[in-house]
Amino acid sequence: MTDFTLNGDHISSDPIPGERLSEMLRERVGARDVKIGCNAGDCGACSVVVDGNVVCACLTPAHQIRGKKIETVSGLYEGDPIAEKLADNFLNHGAAQCGICTPGMIVSAVALLRANSNPSEEEVKDALGGVLCRCTGYRKIIDAVLDVAPMLSEDLGHIGSSIRRLDGVEKVAGRDLYGDDIAPPGTLEIFVIRSPFPRAGFELGDLVGFVERHPEVSAIITADDIEGENAFGVIPQFQDQPVFAVHEARFRGEAVAAIIGTPDYIREFDPEDFPIIWREEDAAQDIDKAQSNLAAKLHEKHAHNLMCEGFVQRGDAAFGIAQADFVVEGHFNSGFVEHAYIEPEAGFAEVIDGKVTVHACTQAPVMDQEALEIILGKSKDQIRIIPSSVGGGFGSKLDISVQPILALAAIKTGKPVRLTYTRTESMQSTTKRHPSDIALKIGANSEGKIVGFDFFGRFDTGAYASWGPTVANRVPVHASGPYLIENYRAKSQGIYTNNPPSGAFRGFGVPQSAIAQESLFDELALKAGFDALEFRIINALEADQPTVCGQVFSQGVGIKKCLEALNPHWDQERKKCDQFNAENKVLKRGVGVASGWYGCGNTSLPNPSTIKSGIKADGTILLHQGAMDIGQGANTVISQIFATALGVSISDIELVGPDTDVTPDAGKTSASRQTFVSGNAARLSGEALRANILHRFNVSEDSEIVFEGSMLSVRENGKEHSLDLISLTADDEGYVFRAEETYDPPTVPLDENGQGSPYAQFGYAAQMAIMEVDTELGTVKPIKFIAAHDVGKAINPVLVEGQVHGGIAQGLGMALMEEYIPGRTENLHDYLIPTIGDMPPVETLIIEDPDAHGPYGAKGLGEHVLVPTAPAILNAIYAATGARITQIPATPSRVKMAIKALNNER
Amino acid sequence: MRYEIPTDLETALQLYAVKGSRIIAGGTDVYPSSQQGHSPRNLIDLTSIPELSGITLTDDIYRIGAATTWTDIIKADLPPSFDALKQAAREVGSIQIQNAGTIGGNICNASPAADGVPPLLALDAQVELVSASNGTRVMALSDFILHVRKTSLSGDEILSAVLIPNPSKGEKSAFEKLGSRRYLVISITMTAANITCDDNGIITGAKIAVGACSPVAQRLPALEADMIGKTPDEVAVTPQYLSPLKPIDDVRGTGDYRLNVVAEQCKRAVMRAVRS
Repeated sequence: MTDFTLNGDHISSDPIPGERLSEMLRERVGARDVKIGCNAGDCGACSVVVDGNVVCACLTPAHQIRGKKIETVSGLYEGDPIAEKLADNFLNHGAAQCGICTPGMIVSAVALLRANSNPSEEEVKDALGGVLCRCTGYRKIIDAVLDVAPMLSEDLGHIGSSIRRLDGVEKVAGRDLYGDDIAPPGTLEIFVIRSPFPRAGFELGDLVGFVERHPEVSAIITADDIEGENAFGVIPQFQDQPVFAVHEARFRGEAVAAIIGTPDYIREFDPEDFPIIWREEDAAQDIDKAQSNLAAKLHEKHAHNLMCEGFVQRGDAAFGIAQADFVVEGHFNSGFVEHAYIEPEAGFAEVIDGKVTVHACTQAPVMDQEALEIILGKSKDQIRIIPSSVGGGFGSKLDISVQPILALAAIKTGKPVRLTYTRTESMQSTTKRHPSDIALKIGANSEGKIVGFDFFGRFDTGAYASWGPTVANRVPVHASGPYLIENYRAKSQGIYTNNPPSGAFRGFGVPQSAIAQESLFDELALKAGFDALEFRIINALEADQPTVCGQVFSQGVGIKKCLEALNPHWDQERKKCDQFNAENKVLKRGVGVASGWYGCGNTSLPNPSTIKSGIKADGTILLHQGAMDIGQGANTVISQIFATALGVSISDIELVGPDTDVTPDAGKTSASRQTFVSGNAARLSGEALRANILHRFNVSEDSEIVFEGSMLSVRENGKEHSLDLISLTADDEGYVFRAEETYDPPTVPLDENGQGSPYAQFGYAAQMAIMEVDTELGTVKPIKFIAAHDVGKAINPVLVEGQVHGGIAQGLGMALMEEYIPGRTENLHDYLIPTIGDMPPVETLIIEDPDAHGPYGAKGLGEHVLVPTAPAILNAIYAATGARITQIPATPSRVKMAIKALNNER
Repeated sequence: MRYEIPTDLETALQLYAVKGSRIIAGGTDVYPSSQQGHSPRNLIDLTSIPELSGITLTDDIYRIGAATTWTDIIKADLPPSFDALKQAAREVGSIQIQNAGTIGGNICNASPAADGVPPLLALDAQVELVSASNGTRVMALSDFILHVRKTSLSGDEILSAVLIPNPSKGEKSAFEKLGSRRYLVISITMTAANITCDDNGIITGAKIAVGACSPVAQRLPALEADMIGKTPDEVAVTPQYLSPLKPIDDVRGTGDYRLNVVAEQCKRAVMRAVRS
């Protein structure tokens, strides 16, 4: 036995030899507050304190802690004053978003603060450098540890108020339950058999015999077990991905079968023992090869592996460019980017009274349900999706991953089952940002006006469509940037390859196209003799001007305000850089600027959200909040909007979370649509509920509503009317008042030239990046970001800042270090994302140019942030060195070689 | 299947003489390299053996027990010659890794990018190997690591300590690491420099070691020899000095890039050392 103390309690446990401490704590001792993100010491989520020293529990042999004192976040939260204060600071600063890294962050910070109660920022970074966060951009975490005064407001919690996240305490206390935290210990586990090759034929051997020979194996599932269709995909016309491949695997990591067995069996299972014969075949792993005659067709109906195209045309681009006084052109490339949320896909499923119930991390519970309907061949009422908390999504958890495998396994075995992807499995098999290959030509006249713009972008969509068609459609609509361009042509192609499926990732292809457009804008400004910021202001789209789709907004076009807000900083920061550069020979600093825009919600497609609310006889106000909170703050923002509309304090509201049995569909958490679309549904629901109540009392609209227990009162002109809710008859859900409202943003379909009204609103952004380049080593050190974001109305300014910081951190990673290479960077030490040491201060300038359709004027934000970041960084590198980087990531190797090439030219 | 935690070296050696056993200490390499279905088994844990942990100075030899963690090294009171080793220790992964990972593990893992190796080469470190069957032997670290993931350890040998001759008075040192991000990063290139100057600032002793630019980290003897008699400012790291290096192209950078930057890195390490 291994005896130790866990958070003060004496524990005896009997780990198997070699078991990781993380495994023992979670599965034998019930300490699910220890999170596992990578099992390799790369993410630090599992950090615990052992005899005062913080270590990764995933790298610590369980036997080694005999006689030692273990502390985890839940114990620290309950009993350590430093941790309690820290947890409070985390809540006040919004330093926990999805919360999956929070246990590791708090544990590491407590270890620091015990030794050093007044650390410097550098000391905080050193102490937390081993814990990765993909949501926050780290700055709020630094503020929380440094005990910086928060900009918190505790009042009614209505719109505009920086209240704490409503779901925050669970996160800082280590009580939040993510995909891997639902299953009871001992639950049957699943091991997925995956293709080791980018393309391979295969034959399955004697599976029945295999199961018979292994009593610990309950079943093996393959395509043969699928009663419905062995196909899924987020876009109905492009459901081309099998749950289990049949005869041929089209990418490395594609699932072909799964074994369901006891935890002990699955832990020891050697994939080499599985009866399968692989036959590797020639694969097309880049778009040029995939489009050539050498490549086999991945999908029968798609000649040259062309999945689909997108097109927008307005005016005459060629004519415009021919007339231009100045023309620039360029060719830009980017690779796969991995979402790298710290929580790998995970879930638990069981069959209850004939109903398959799946608990998993997801961004889209109802889409999961609809996908399972098709795959399982069951009706919707036989499938229930109860999402777990989500440890980051960023687009990839829109697609199903573990869900169908869990459901099939639960049905076949009749027993509860669990499945958690390893980090490598997650990276190999789930979607990525599309690699891009973009050619762009832009012309301007002598007044600095853009007169022609011609864009052609090819995107590697991988082996299956996923959100590839959305990328192909969105890019031509957005490739102009938020500028007035009358002569415009943009064409995009999605191309199938033997790579992992590319899907949705914060920005749907727009961050890639923005790199080309904003880089060339800088070159064009220079060529035409304009200041880079001034050039953008000259061309900025304004109200009553047409977008490249011919859509005209009469209000809420905030790009000019964003750019102008940067103006004073632009001059000041460039002066500082000039001074720095005069004093330094090797280190050079530069300032870069870039803009971005992003249409919120689906592109010209129905995109409704429904929000239900009700009041129980005891006076409880329930909000069925079905918009998945994946860390961005939907639980809080939607509630703030609802509380404002209903006219009560947010503290009066109780949330009912997403669950396909009890909460209506609030749509998917994607396309920066939740604040806008679900927010509107929440506003309508709150207004309807309020109208119901006021109607009952027959009082005017501006009456005040007050709840005290079951007593409901309204105050009108100093008069108070009261009603005991217990006297009312409740409906079958127990509601005495209820409302259910739907909002669907108004859009107009695009014609063959991409003309129409694709989105009811756009959000706008302009960012400045100050970068320092070591011209000898090629390393790039971010010094500062200044980010101006037009959010229409900031429902919760702290959460707005959280989105800005987090989006910039992802843009920074994409610009400087991130590139997923199948078979090569399938872990978090070869695939690098920014650490706390890479993220400089961010100054957020919140611009509020209200949108006509947004709830209280609010616009979406999540994706907008990432769009300008990478080009602003590349422009800053150019400003610092004169080297133009056209292939990202701008690794030290690429930057150095670009600088060297420049010196050779001179 | 067993997990043994011996408390003395003799017992550890007897246990390790049984075939199929594996050594574990910090676990920071054992677990990340473990494969599905091949979990680490029959492990012998070296972290509870007093003679394998800690740093001592006896007869002008510093002895660093193999199970000494990076944090132990950072906290130890050591002369300036060890600054590069301490700086490297601070660059190993993260605090979590430094608290668990050991110097012996770093060496035996034989990664070309092991942060600990260049500073130890620049300290002329030797390794002490012990086994139940063959007793104790000592060899130069530079002879011990043979190739990528390959060492001179024979079947039942354990690396018990790193031995470092007490450096000359006045020797200073520094470590430079180049990575694509801050923290938790595998080096693109790294350099350790141990430099001694006379009162006039003339170099009288130079030891330069470069990591991640060849299968095994290398000293640069020609450079070291030519530095003698010069001031640090006069040191020019021209390509011929780098001929022992054979950097490869990988996801972290091209070989060409590595050769380009390592010259600059050598200069910086020297300057940082003499200015410390």
